Amino acid sequence: MTETIFERSVQARRAFVAPELDVPRDDDALPERFRRAEAPRLPEIAEPEIVRHYNRLSRRNFDLDTGFYPLGSCTMKHNPKLHERVAALPGHARLHPLQAPARAQGALRLMAELQAALAEIAGLPHVSLQPSAGSQGELAGVLLTRAYHDDRGDHRTKVLTPDTAHGTNPATVTMAGYELVKLGTADDGGVDLDDLRAKADDDVACLMLTNPNTLGLFDTNIVEIAHVVHDVGATLYYDGANINAMMGRARPGDMGFDIVHYNLHKTFTQPHGGGGPGAGPIAVSERLEPYLPRPQVVRRDDGSFDLDFDRPKSIGRLRGFQGNFGVFVRAYAYILSLGADGLKEASETAVLNANYLQARLRELAGDLLPSAYERRCMHEFVLTGAPMKREIGLKTTDLAKRLLDHGFHPPTVYFPLLVDEALLVEPTETETRETLDAFAEAIAEILREGREDPEVARTAPHTTPVRRLDEAGAAKRPVVRQPM
Amino acid sequence: MSRYTSATDADRVAMLAAAGAESIDELFESIPAEVRLGRELELPGGKSEQDVYAYLRDLAAQNVSAEDEVSFVGAGMYDHYVPALIDSITSRSEFLTPYTPYQPEVSQGTLQVMFEYQTAISELTGLPVSNATLYDAPSAVASAGWLARLHNRRGRFLVSRGLHPHSREALATTAAGYGTAVEELGDEIHDDVSAVFVGHPTFFGVVEDLEALAAATHDAGALLVVQCDPMTLGILKSPGELGADIAVGEGQPLGNRLDYGGPSFGFFAAQEQYLRRMPGRIAGETRDVDGKRGFVLTLQTREQHIRREKATHNITTAQTLNALAGIVYLSWLGRRGLVEIGELMLHRTAYARKALSALDGVELLHEGPVVREFAVRLAAPVEKVIERCAAEGVNPGYPLGRDYPEHEDGLLTAITERRTRADIDRLAAVLGAAVAAEREAVAA
Repeated sequence: MTETIFERSVQARRAFVAPELDVPRDDDALPERFRRAEAPRLPEIAEPEIVRHYNRLSRRNFDLDTGFYPLGSCTMKHNPKLHERVAALPGHARLHPLQAPARAQGALRLMAELQAALAEIAGLPHVSLQPSAGSQGELAGVLLTRAYHDDRGDHRTKVLTPDTAHGTNPATVTMAGYELVKLGTADDGGVDLDDLRAKADDDVACLMLTNPNTLGLFDTNIVEIAHVVHDVGATLYYDGANINAMMGRARPGDMGFDIVHYNLHKTFTQPHGGGGPGAGPIAVSERLEPYLPRPQVVRRDDGSFDLDFDRPKSIGRLRGFQGNFGVFVRAYAYILSLGADGLKEASETAVLNANYLQARLRELAGDLLPSAYERRCMHEFVLTGAPMKREIGLKTTDLAKRLLDHGFHPPTVYFPLLVDEALLVEPTETETRETLDAFAEAIAEILREGREDPEVARTAPHTTPVRRLDEAGAAKRPVVRQPM
Repeated sequence: MSRYTSATDADRVAMLAAAGAESIDELFESIPAEVRLGRELELPGGKSEQDVYAYLRDLAAQNVSAEDEVSFVGAGMYDHYVPALIDSITSRSEFLTPYTPYQPEVSQGTLQVMFEYQTAISELTGLPVSNATLYDAPSAVASAGWLARLHNRRGRFLVSRGLHPHSREALATTAAGYGTAVEELGDEIHDDVSAVFVGHPTFFGVVEDLEALAAATHDAGALLVVQCDPMTLGILKSPGELGADIAVGEGQPLGNRLDYGGPSFGFFAAQEQYLRRMPGRIAGETRDVDGKRGFVLTLQTREQHIRREKATHNITTAQTLNALAGIVYLSWLGRRGLVEIGELMLHRTAYARKALSALDGVELLHEGPVVREFAVRLAAPVEKVIERCAAEGVNPGYPLGRDYPEHEDGLLTAITERRTRADIDRLAAVLGAAVAAEREAVAA
């Protein structure tokens, strides 16, 4: 079934029944020159067929509610069902974003309480919930850095990121008008301190760092890194994609970070939705507070909650209204459900699961698919498929595609870039030991099969709705809409 | 409180042993002692599901939503009816819980949804290519600015005062980073202008002639960026017909809830020549090794995970689930439904405009044609009038003074298919009485 909804369209069919026109027609309301000659060619189709079409389409997806999804740096943990129920309460779902604050006190209180919780988890005093996802949080953070330096008459031009960084970091640096300077990685997987010391000068505005980094390794030199960065007057930015590793155990603010962005769709359970929605709140230190986006949720002296637009040094807004409030409801439900001890246990179990799975894979597949760094990992770890490629001629992508036949979503592949044939594995805390065992055994089985007949994996997947797709052809002659 | 995890004490013992660790603490040894928290987080303890539900239900009850009052507030997000089939489809685990379709063989559902969505947006806007969503309208406007910057490297943006104030601000916030000046659109467009930004209809609901502006913009070699309202595009000429290079807009009216401002989606469509500079995900059609039709994320060399600092944008996670709501809504409304709903809003808005402007102390702020929203000036303090109306269960609109000091007396009133003639009659009665009462209060 690959017919599109447009191909199912038959003229004169319909689902929508318009409300009655209960006012007089006003034929002068819209002069003819503004009128569209031909209506957009939207589908014409009845409700039963719309439902059937999208239900069938849905069955062509692999999803977290059905199976294991160890996609590194994406934190594919369970999405509690309660969250959908509370987000859908009419008091949330039908609340207009421009409702007067006096009549949106529940929403503003929820936001204020979520801000306080995120501030505590980050170890930084001030939070803006506004950014829509991690990348917008990053942009906000780097623009705050720019505003902070500019306000002091200090015009800096460079931002440092390690070569292990998520791609969003360098892209953000460019969009914020800075020059990117890359830092090397030391043999232990952390930032190369000598390289940092050599490149940190008073032209550096910021260092953007993920810790644990995208190798799943905690940078043990973090205190020294913070010293070097602060000594040259730069800010230290924390990419919070990996904060699921350390809630209640350690806080970026205590390590010297000035800015943290959260991905509420990762650590705080907003369903990933096939690629959003998410939310990317930022937490910042005292010195950056004046520049936070506006409006800010505040509590007035009389105890009421309000939106504060009167922030003269603010970088301004990055998006409309107050941010992805529906995501805030879910994230706050999660924090309320787990509490301090539950969040800590979530991180501990995430790290335990990762270490256990890494150990099982070392035992079952260590010869062909070793860990890239033989250090204890945090919540995720990186394997290298280089020996597998060399010894039995299977690439990481072949292994990934064959995993699909075993009913598993593959890990993140070919990232981080500095590891040859990389697989980044993040099991999360909500998986059972049995699932982790089954995944490790599936990998062992694929390698066993690959030794005998590598062609099976090279031509995998075999059981999916479609098989390997021609991506190069798609990019060469892009067809990005239905021709009509 | 332990939630959503399965590890028992026995599991923990066995798993730690397998990992070669004595304790959980040992797993965290790479965190230097001086930066370990060493105390519990200062947050309340965990709660049962029913207690969390009750707490959040009580918070929700402290809001006055469009369920509780007759609301005429719009200004960028609108109280349209969301049909039940949308909840049924978007709540399916298969759409709700996967992530970005990095493995196309097991993501054909999401990828085809993106492709269908792109097609619908292309049809609405009259432009050949669309991406698979950005966050919302204002950030889409900001992203159009960034595309213009990459395209022509010129240093000035000209922005209409009728562009949504949040869009103007988001553009200014981001342009400050890369150093493009944002100025108000006047009569002249010089050849150092990178792009011109307008609202269609304007923030005040007015439909303006854009043909002359489009010609002048293109004569200067600049891009024309039009923020449009998708619910008007069944009856209004499309941005493509009007000469837009890029059309963006707020997707919330298309089957997405108000949600106090998000999540919804921003759409982004453009002329073909900008395809390889577009921000965000794009789905494309292709074939598998057996020749079967399929869909993939395409033109990924634009994107941050491949191109890093040379990417055309930093966005990754966007609003895919909200785009699903959008395409389901547009399929439900259908080709004729979009026109019918546009006509319904047009006539009800005309009716409301007449009813309100007939009131003492209320006059129209603009004379131009409107489709679903219009501005009036009140001869009484706007915020106080709104409070009086709200006490009667009617929210008459958005006070323009919050964004436009020159319109301190302005009120922006929006109509959707949910606001009936009876609702509009009631608005007129309540607003008329409130204005009269406030004028009396001032006189006294």
